[in-house]
Amino acid sequence: MTDARATPLAEFHLRHGARMTPFAGWALPLNYPPGVKAEHEHTREAVSLFDVSHMGQVALRPGSGDPADAARALEALVPGDILGLAEGAMRYTQLTTDSGGIIDDLMVTRRDDDLLLVLNAARAAADIAHLQDRLPGDVTIEPLENAALIALQGPQSAEALAPLIHDSHRLSFMQAHRFDWAGDPLWISRSGYTGEDGFEIGLAADIAEELAEAFMEDDRVRPAGLGARDSLRLEAGLCLYGQDIDETTSPVEAALAWSIGRARRPGGARAGGFPGADRILRELADGPARRRVGLRPQGAAPMRAGVMLFETPDAAEPIGRITSGGYGPSVGGPVAMGYVEARAARPGTTVHGELRGRREPVEVVKLPFVPQGYVR
Amino acid sequence: MKFTEDHEWLDADGDIVTVGITEYAAKELGDVVFVELPEEGTMVTKGDEIVVIESVKAASDISAPMDGEIVEVNADLPDKPALVNDDPLAAWFFRMRVDDPAVLDDFMDEDAYQAHIA
Repeated sequence: MTDARATPLAEFHLRHGARMTPFAGWALPLNYPPGVKAEHEHTREAVSLFDVSHMGQVALRPGSGDPADAARALEALVPGDILGLAEGAMRYTQLTTDSGGIIDDLMVTRRDDDLLLVLNAARAAADIAHLQDRLPGDVTIEPLENAALIALQGPQSAEALAPLIHDSHRLSFMQAHRFDWAGDPLWISRSGYTGEDGFEIGLAADIAEELAEAFMEDDRVRPAGLGARDSLRLEAGLCLYGQDIDETTSPVEAALAWSIGRARRPGGARAGGFPGADRILRELADGPARRRVGLRPQGAAPMRAGVMLFETPDAAEPIGRITSGGYGPSVGGPVAMGYVEARAARPGTTVHGELRGRREPVEVVKLPFVPQGYVR
Repeated sequence: MKFTEDHEWLDADGDIVTVGITEYAAKELGDVVFVELPEEGTMVTKGDEIVVIESVKAASDISAPMDGEIVEVNADLPDKPALVNDDPLAAWFFRMRVDDPAVLDDFMDEDAYQAHIA
């Protein structure tokens, strides 16, 4: 823990009684005194404040000053439609390997003169090296320094944000804009990783404490840690890099084909042209050999990452594996996701998870486990 | 009351010992969401993992603190695992008839346990 980097909200976490944990080289709150379950439930009912300052934030600055040039360059590295982003629009995509695996998943926002990328903390260094290696020299890769990122998540987040940041409620899902708070610039997007409505607020490190405490003056707002973030994103069917996706899983296998824009597909204006396009477009056409699915263990025991899945109670060879799993507080029981061979990927299929030497039935279900609360 | 290094509390009445987990352990685990208990009548050896306890954060076990026989389990816990967090000293897991009650003297008393977790 001593080697872990502190975020700009370190004092905030201490003051609010956080139990800290190392995560991707950072010291982050695992939970606060109410605990993971209460924080999870509060996020689904009201609004929670998450410190996501550990995430990598990188600006891609085109030499021309026209973000379309950066978008065109980035499209050579991702299957998403980046050129099609309007100013202030953001999109989820993946940096892919030459063999069609996933280097990282990320958010890309088109701003007036650059693209803003938000990367996983554990992958930021690898991503930046990859961008430096593959992007043309006239696109400058600029990691944001001294930057904090605060997420407000939950159905009441618009009401909690509006008194401090007028007009923020006008943003719709996956839109972003610059706002001012007492003369300081904030970059706010209507986005998040909990399945709820919410906002992510990028700001200078030195005002992060002050803004976080200003949010906390609203009784509806409570802090939440990584534990709740994990159970919330799992119920929302969202991938955690390193568990549910990695350099061996393709976006199609990972059930992320929805993020591959029409323009990048066969017949589209800019079809293919990203690393691993051969495999990814072939899987789009023919279906992948395995697929990420939602899994609902039928017993009461949680099944966590690593549990092997079998087609029958006595099959010798597994047909899949759980990659994320645990207790879903809003579902009120165990939830999981993982990969199964295509023939077992249809919702309603029963597979069998091996837990402590016993095989227990698990139902393949549609994701997400909870309805999305996004405001479009 | 006696305590093990694995944060179990042991409450003895003759050769019948009631076993639960300490407040410290309950706090460390976080919200308990699943408990699986042994069958009554099971003969156990010290160190056998006989209870599965899962919290929102992780899975762990409770092992038999001594040799003996499980004579009763707390049937409320599988349906209401949150009882473990609500009142860890009341939420007992199982009662066992121990082969040798004298072994109890080897466990920590309250003061020693408090020093152990400090």
